Amino acid sequence: MARVIKRSKALSVSPLKSGQPVGASLAFMGIHRAMPMLHGAQGCSAFGKIFLVRHFREPIPLQTTAMDYQSSIMGADDNIIEGLKVICEKHKPDLIGLPVTGLPETQGADVKEAIKRFRERYPEYNGVKVVPVSTPDFKGCMETGFAAAVEAMVTQLVPECAARDSRSGRRPQQINVLAASFLTPGDVAWLKETLALFDLYPVVIPDLADSLDGHLVDEDFSPLPVGGTPVSGFTRLGDAAASLVIGPSLFRAADMLKERTGVPDYRFDHLMGLEAVDELLVTLAAISGNPVPECLQRRRAQLQDAMLDTHFMLGQARFAIAADPDLLNALGQFLIGMGAELVAAVAPDHTPVLEHVPAKEVKIGDLEDLEHIARDRSANILMGNSHVAASAARLGLPLMRAGFPQYDRVGGYQRNWIGYRGARQTLFDLANILLKSNRHEIKPYRSIYAQKSREASGNEFAAVFESG
Amino acid sequence: MKANDIVELLDEPACVHNKKSKSGCARPTPGATAGGCAFDGAQIALLPIADVAHIVHGSIACAGSSWDNRGTRSSGPTLYRLGMTTDLTEQDIIMGRGEKRLFHSIKQAIDDYRPAAVFVYNTCVPALIGDDIEAVCKAAGERWGVPVVPVDAAGFYGTKNLGNRIAGETMVKYVVGRREPDPLPPEAQRPGIKVHDINLIAEYNIAGEFWHVLPLLDELGLRVLCTLSGDARFREVQTMHRAEANMMVCSKAMINVARKLQEQYGTPWFEGSFYGVADTSRALRNFARVIGDPDLIERTDTLILREEALIQARLEPWCKRLQGKRALLYTGGVKSWSVISALQDLGMEVVATGTRKSTEEDKARIRELMGEHVRMIEDGNPRALLDAVKEYRADILIAGGRNMYTALKARLPFLDINQEREFGYAGYQGMLELARQLTLTLESPIWDAVRRPAPWFVPHGPGRRPVAGGG
Repeated sequence: MARVIKRSKALSVSPLKSGQPVGASLAFMGIHRAMPMLHGAQGCSAFGKIFLVRHFREPIPLQTTAMDYQSSIMGADDNIIEGLKVICEKHKPDLIGLPVTGLPETQGADVKEAIKRFRERYPEYNGVKVVPVSTPDFKGCMETGFAAAVEAMVTQLVPECAARDSRSGRRPQQINVLAASFLTPGDVAWLKETLALFDLYPVVIPDLADSLDGHLVDEDFSPLPVGGTPVSGFTRLGDAAASLVIGPSLFRAADMLKERTGVPDYRFDHLMGLEAVDELLVTLAAISGNPVPECLQRRRAQLQDAMLDTHFMLGQARFAIAADPDLLNALGQFLIGMGAELVAAVAPDHTPVLEHVPAKEVKIGDLEDLEHIARDRSANILMGNSHVAASAARLGLPLMRAGFPQYDRVGGYQRNWIGYRGARQTLFDLANILLKSNRHEIKPYRSIYAQKSREASGNEFAAVFESG
Repeated sequence: MKANDIVELLDEPACVHNKKSKSGCARPTPGATAGGCAFDGAQIALLPIADVAHIVHGSIACAGSSWDNRGTRSSGPTLYRLGMTTDLTEQDIIMGRGEKRLFHSIKQAIDDYRPAAVFVYNTCVPALIGDDIEAVCKAAGERWGVPVVPVDAAGFYGTKNLGNRIAGETMVKYVVGRREPDPLPPEAQRPGIKVHDINLIAEYNIAGEFWHVLPLLDELGLRVLCTLSGDARFREVQTMHRAEANMMVCSKAMINVARKLQEQYGTPWFEGSFYGVADTSRALRNFARVIGDPDLIERTDTLILREEALIQARLEPWCKRLQGKRALLYTGGVKSWSVISALQDLGMEVVATGTRKSTEEDKARIRELMGEHVRMIEDGNPRALLDAVKEYRADILIAGGRNMYTALKARLPFLDINQEREFGYAGYQGMLELARQLTLTLESPIWDAVRRPAPWFVPHGPGRRPVAGGG
């Protein structure tokens, strides 16, 4: 059980944190034909857009209410109304997500009132759902922003069971899946495929596997996300046999969903490694009444084999990890299960799951902190986003990229971490990195009496290659 | 920053847009706005100053998603690549502790990283609650003996372009003129060559591309006192007032700097570009002309003859491959004409160009290069761009990174021309990289494959039945 150490410096250097608005925007991108519009100055959207574009290598629709000098001082309700109207007119989306950034939150904007006035003035757009969510960037981090958007969608789009004719289990094959921000589109795709193997039909909130998995469509252009959970899907969540909740950051959203629908839920801190996946499959078998399929049993056996092969490299390896809380915990648990040690753990913000991280301490901080702790505690390997590459270079340590953003690699968004196969590939990749870093090599010793004097050390062929 | 200070900055007498009612600085439309804010613009303009600690005073969104994401390169210090922010919390804002946190942050940056100076960027939330960053910077600078410069460019003040101007204004007000240039190093002197001092304004050394040009300036005896701001150092910015000529590299971004340096120090300036053979030569000639040294003029002509002959020979095989290829160019300001010239140098045909951010003067240059009947695209939304590509039968879309996926999703060859790119195209040598990148995408064997439908796909045409579902 980790002790959480608060931020102590005035200045944050090499920030690990990304703001809540980016996380909320990402969540809305898993909804079919949804357009997020950040309420704030236009830079919030421009930065957020570039951040997500570079990570996913996909076009990212993200709009702004473009608050200026006047509206920042006199009130920006009209910006919301105009922005909603313009998006409805131009793109006819099914949903507009409205994350509210730090500027209007500081100003004290009444977003609900503005939306009410929008509805009164433009009843022709009543079919377009508008989901506001408070996501000031002076609180939380990307993960909590994502979770806040999911909570907002659950409370604003899922009818209460009393209000409509829905009943848990009416669609016995439907499983609701609340998927937190640490799941990549590759992970969500694995979850959907796995549920299908049990003859279960998943409705994933939000379904990034369907929208941001990086696929070509027939149309040459779409201003809105192609794919994702349809808005109509929310009205049917109450009919599901069960809900799966992956990631502690969504447990509060899960409470809300359960309260509204009465659908029983099963909660998982993560799905990395043998134990976590076993638990998921046992749950799916129980819900569906079907046995665990053969192919998964084979994958399980393969993971066990990989654990044997890689425990030599991963055992006692000293990891330094910087990530949002859910991911930090997941990676930590997974690696501890392989005999590795988590000697440096840094998170951008405090959430309850941090107390479960298998490290002595978790530091709330930045990548400068990660670098210092990793150096002090002689880490062997780092895990974190692409920004960590600079720290890794300074420390002379290898890095495996995880989390947001990953802009200096192709395909990071698609990596499958969860499930037996995902875990197996991660073990192989980590073991290979550690093999290459060769930390156990014994330094040659030359006897003072040796008859080997004046020879070059290991580089005697250099001249051959140079002249060739 | 007060509202009338902003109005004053927007009223830029040297900017051609200024004379039109529809200025480039019009109010953005909620729900239909692309591009960054004033803070973004200020940060882009100054971040390349490599030995400065750049502190973003605000909540995390401003620095958290933007640090270290530019292609600008430094030949020395890497301090500019460290993101630094006060990362304000809710408590800081409610309790009014922002200024105090900023003061301690400046000290921390100075203690830990020994910067040549500290720049403090104001952002929306502290600007709204009224943090007095100018006073904090003044106090901190006096206390610790390191220059601390307030860059008051909160996002809501306006667009990226305004931010560029604020950045320029700040340099002129707080930094330029504070130091005399170093004496010329004796080993760099060559007999018969009189050294002239120059500046480049709004050149950002993207992907290190200015290093293609700098050796030529060295050879001519042109000492670059400062490039604002690619690969710059704080002490270089301080000496900008001593240049004999300034070149404005990106037409509008920091035009106020060129104008003010002329007003205050009498430095003549001209606009130019280092993209393309013709424009690179023109820029070099302009330096010689403005400085007015007959010997320099002669040596410049000689150098241009040599370099042009060299590069023409090396470009020839590439030109054969690119001959007649049709490009649609969508980029802003100076690049709307300077890149045309570069593409024409390679034998390509530019079938249309975007002019959303171009001045009337830019447009006049476009007509000069492409003829009176040139297609100019005002509205650059993705749909319009793709339609234009189809209409003009373009082989490739050349635009900024934000349009990359517009092109790729439509299965079109693409070249990134803006500042996030990873390849340098400036100068004579840059043309080779440009040619290589163009052929790389144009001649790629993937285009046929990614456009080809699956072999089992049967189009739903008249008289044909859709393929029956196989279960």
